[in-house]
Amino acid sequence: MSHRLSSGGRLIDRGTPLRFSFNGKQMSGYKGDTLAASLLAADQMLVGRSFKYHRPRGVVASGAEEPNALVGLGSGNRFEPNQRATSTELFEGLRARSQNHWPNLDLDLLAVNNLVPQFLTAGFYYKTFLWPRAFWKHVYEPIIRRSAGLGEAPDAKSCDADRYEQIYAFADVLVIGGGIAGLQAALAAAEAGARVALWEQTAHWGGRAPVDGVEIDGKPAEDWIKTTVERLEKMENVEIRLRCMGAGIHDHGYTLGYERVSDHIPGSHGPRHRLWRMRAGQIITATGAIERPLSFAGNDLPGVMLASAIRDYLVNYAVAPGRDAVIVTNNDDAYRTAIAMRRAGLGVVAVIDARADVTGALPQAARSAGIRIIESSGIRKVKGSKRVKGVEICAIDSRGVAFTEQLSCDAVGMSGGWSPAVHLWSHCGGKLIWDEAGHFFRPDPDRPPTGADGRPNLRVCGAANGRLGAVLAEANAAGLESAQAFTPTAETGPAATDTTHDEAPMEPVWIMPRQAEYELRAKMWLDFQNDVKVSDVQLAAREGFQSVEHTKRYTTLGMATDQGKLSNINGLAVLSDALGQPIPATGTTTFRPPYTPISMGAIAGGAVGDVFQPLRRTPMHDWHAANGADWEPVGQWRRPYTYRRAGESRTKAVNREVRNVREAVGLLDASTLGKILVSGPDAPRFMDMLYTNMMSSLKPGKCRYGLMCNENGFLMDDGVVARLDENSFLVHTTSGGADHIHGWMEDWLQCEWWDWQVHTVNLTEQYAQVAVAGPQARRLLEGLGGTDLSRDALPFMGWTEGKLGGFDARVFRISFSGELSFEIAVPAGQGRALWDALLQAGESLGVMPYGTEALHILRAEKGFIMIGDETDGTVIPQDLGLNWAISKKKTDFLGKRGMERVAMQDPERWKLVGLETLDGSVLPHGGLAVLSGRNANKQARTEGRVTSTYYSANLGRGIAMGLVARGTERMGEVLRFAGPKDKVIKVRIVDPVLIDKDGERQNV
Amino acid sequence: MSDQLLSALPGAASEGFVTVAEAGLRGMITLRGDLGRLTFALAPLGLDIPAQRAITQADERSLAWMSPDELLLMLPYSEAAEATRTLQEELRGEFATVANVSDARAVFALRGKGAPDVLAKLCPVDFAALKPGEIRRTRAGQVAAAIWVAGEDEMRLVCFRSVAQYMFDLLTTAALPGSEPCLYS
Repeated sequence: MSHRLSSGGRLIDRGTPLRFSFNGKQMSGYKGDTLAASLLAADQMLVGRSFKYHRPRGVVASGAEEPNALVGLGSGNRFEPNQRATSTELFEGLRARSQNHWPNLDLDLLAVNNLVPQFLTAGFYYKTFLWPRAFWKHVYEPIIRRSAGLGEAPDAKSCDADRYEQIYAFADVLVIGGGIAGLQAALAAAEAGARVALWEQTAHWGGRAPVDGVEIDGKPAEDWIKTTVERLEKMENVEIRLRCMGAGIHDHGYTLGYERVSDHIPGSHGPRHRLWRMRAGQIITATGAIERPLSFAGNDLPGVMLASAIRDYLVNYAVAPGRDAVIVTNNDDAYRTAIAMRRAGLGVVAVIDARADVTGALPQAARSAGIRIIESSGIRKVKGSKRVKGVEICAIDSRGVAFTEQLSCDAVGMSGGWSPAVHLWSHCGGKLIWDEAGHFFRPDPDRPPTGADGRPNLRVCGAANGRLGAVLAEANAAGLESAQAFTPTAETGPAATDTTHDEAPMEPVWIMPRQAEYELRAKMWLDFQNDVKVSDVQLAAREGFQSVEHTKRYTTLGMATDQGKLSNINGLAVLSDALGQPIPATGTTTFRPPYTPISMGAIAGGAVGDVFQPLRRTPMHDWHAANGADWEPVGQWRRPYTYRRAGESRTKAVNREVRNVREAVGLLDASTLGKILVSGPDAPRFMDMLYTNMMSSLKPGKCRYGLMCNENGFLMDDGVVARLDENSFLVHTTSGGADHIHGWMEDWLQCEWWDWQVHTVNLTEQYAQVAVAGPQARRLLEGLGGTDLSRDALPFMGWTEGKLGGFDARVFRISFSGELSFEIAVPAGQGRALWDALLQAGESLGVMPYGTEALHILRAEKGFIMIGDETDGTVIPQDLGLNWAISKKKTDFLGKRGMERVAMQDPERWKLVGLETLDGSVLPHGGLAVLSGRNANKQARTEGRVTSTYYSANLGRGIAMGLVARGTERMGEVLRFAGPKDKVIKVRIVDPVLIDKDGERQNV
Repeated sequence: MSDQLLSALPGAASEGFVTVAEAGLRGMITLRGDLGRLTFALAPLGLDIPAQRAITQADERSLAWMSPDELLLMLPYSEAAEATRTLQEELRGEFATVANVSDARAVFALRGKGAPDVLAKLCPVDFAALKPGEIRRTRAGQVAAAIWVAGEDEMRLVCFRSVAQYMFDLLTTAALPGSEPCLYS
């Protein structure tokens, strides 16, 4: 059984016990433990059920590569599934629960899948659930989804209670990995004068070196690590960070770091995770290596662990996975575990070595310690149901039909060799080569990732580069060379000398025993997390899957949340063997970011709640909010849709506002309208190109309505232009179009007409603007006084500027309602005061503010178009009867050629008309005029659609505009519009101008 | 009207690991044109034309480089309207544009050693490379901003007036105690 030793544990603080719960059971561990360490210390070897077969699973590894020990952490709005127990630091009150079982972990009824495993082999779903077709969605998929899968998704209604943030950072040299190689590389780069950042994903510096007994300058590695970290901390040009994983390397040195700021101290003030968005000139990856499992039958049983993980738990946490272990290996490194077990006073039943004549230094040391070594052998199968009870041994080169010996044990340490963690190297294009001596893929120094200048921008050192011996000298060189990319003459001192035992060559073993029969192969797990076995990969090969990428997808090998950190090499070796080709010919699958899963919170960063996206506010925003505004989003602005009085419905409020503008006077906050200054000697010529109508002939002091089209001739924006002086115009755009139109102008000026002398300045936010509209508008403004606004002094479509009741005002006599109307622009800082002054001056005249819905209805009563209602990107001005606003004199303007194309000249085009329901009802939004018969797509044929539809309180009935085929030639015709529930609505085609056709009201 | 003039978020301030405060109204004038010609008009103000990405200061005024053909003159708010007219007069007949943008902007002051740490969470800017006398046009969160070092442990940020509340919320959140990234401080 797994247990805590009475002494030792370099990372734990026995003085600080911590309580936690697992599936509701109270347990305790120590500060410094990982959750996996404290679970093992409590003899909780069974930690989850497997993905497909619901097999019992235990902790396999001790770090980021762990496939099995995934738990749901926390509860409620802090619940998170699929958290690795091996990289979760223990904290007081941690609550974990196991996953993928029913009804509970110990008794999982879905484990029947395990009794008939041939039902779930590679491609099982594809082959089995083809027929009947409808069954997939309604029967098969729901059943499979219940049976398969890992953690539960958090409750859809809960909202993550923690904060997250992102941060931008820059470095000359970024070192990823804080083992001894990474520390040395960072030190060298820093001493050579570079600005250095160093990230380590765990909570500790030094990596494996202290566990593996590395000595540096004749002393334990730990001494050197401590001094080196202290040196780095003192250097001004170095920024070092624990709990920060290099998640992904992208183009041009852009690297994402995933910092787990407070996972280990929940409830603290800071953010939970911080995503580092680092731009690094040069990158060094010192990400170490990952030990490979061996493929023998029952290698997934709780108690079977990586040999390196066993000694990690022993040395770091004083946790023993068993009292009597069997170690199985094809290399010398695993003997370190045997020696560590023995040193901790634990039993080592035997080391089973696939190799013959094992005589390396480490095996000899094990022998001297009295450990039995069984050569040329392997494990035939592991015995036990929910935990290891023993192993059966057989000759390595055999079919494993019978065992040669049975050994009792309660833990198995396996080592199939090491694979460099080449993920980050590969993310941005670094290539790999197969190392014939080490039997692993390692970075190909001749084909590294390259930066913006096409030169290599990434170096790799240490075990990540396939070095399983001394690493400091190479790391030192990597650090110096990276620094020299910035200062070619930079120098640094020599590295310290790291020494470790020499190791004899390993001997690859991809299947144990090598000629294992099917019964055994069907119990050899390659991918623990996705339940993929040796037999599945072999089946895929037999069925014709030759590409490693295809096999991956067919068998799901390496597609789980661990992305095959343990299974990748073993899987492709088995595939290569089945295909009868060398491993390099098979190649690897693609390594993609992130290295391990990162939280959605870190990706969202701080953009939640109030700052999810910018909300633009006018100077009068607070008044609107305090006075019943029903908000409507317009671009990123919020505009009042209507102002509701106490107890008033939205509809009633709109009707009141609409009537009041026609009968008295209304105020509209028009500050959101785009206001772009266009000036320069070529401004008149530029304006003539932007607008379809003539703008150069406009006189200073006058306004003109104009249309803007894109190159295709489609109507894009409209608004009133005021000519300020000979060389400058103020362009009013729609609220939502301001930024786009400004960009559009600059696009033409910078890319096409770069020699024209024109400046544009976006002045949208400089001015607060208020429309004062209604028969009492002039009287209201006269109450403020200061500027003559009489009909003669300021005629329709004129503008003037001066003091208006003490405000610095520009007054435009323009109307979008058809009423007598003025738009008053003042500097934004005076906006709120102007609004208050207008309300006060208009009090006796019945002034009311009105919102965007009233604005829409008022313009619709006048037959004025609205960009986005009457236009949708496929409508040309001619469709809307705006031919009068298209100049025939100008030789060119944007959109002119587009409008001349055949399709735009087609007489069948839908034209804008007024639509009047025979019963006075309000047409549905987007309603279609339906013809009999079907079109080529089997849809009902149509001859028109509604573009704007409202209830008009002034007319006491529904009003609408729409686009109808040849509409303008069909005045008086009655069309059939589709209503809800197949109801037919009869609609007469009428003139869209319903009020004051001659424009008398706005002209008074 | 001065008694009724309002900046975007009058008096808004928050205390985190840096202090964030809306800095009130500031006169700002956009000048576009050939920078050499603008020099002539600006000469009476005693401000040097800033080099690329630089900001020059004299008394209550400063002049920031915005682009190869654009400068931003900052001065007391009360002087902005008159200065705009004067500059327009000076540059009459030139291909140059002068526009008063004082009311289109909001200004924030960040005080404290951690100011660059707060801004690093919002702006893709290397603050180690942002020296006194320089200005960066960048973005903060999802909106445009310009930033410069205004003094010992003080940085200033300008954004559009309509997003002042968004900016204040961003800065306040980024400065929350406990979230110090300790990158520049």
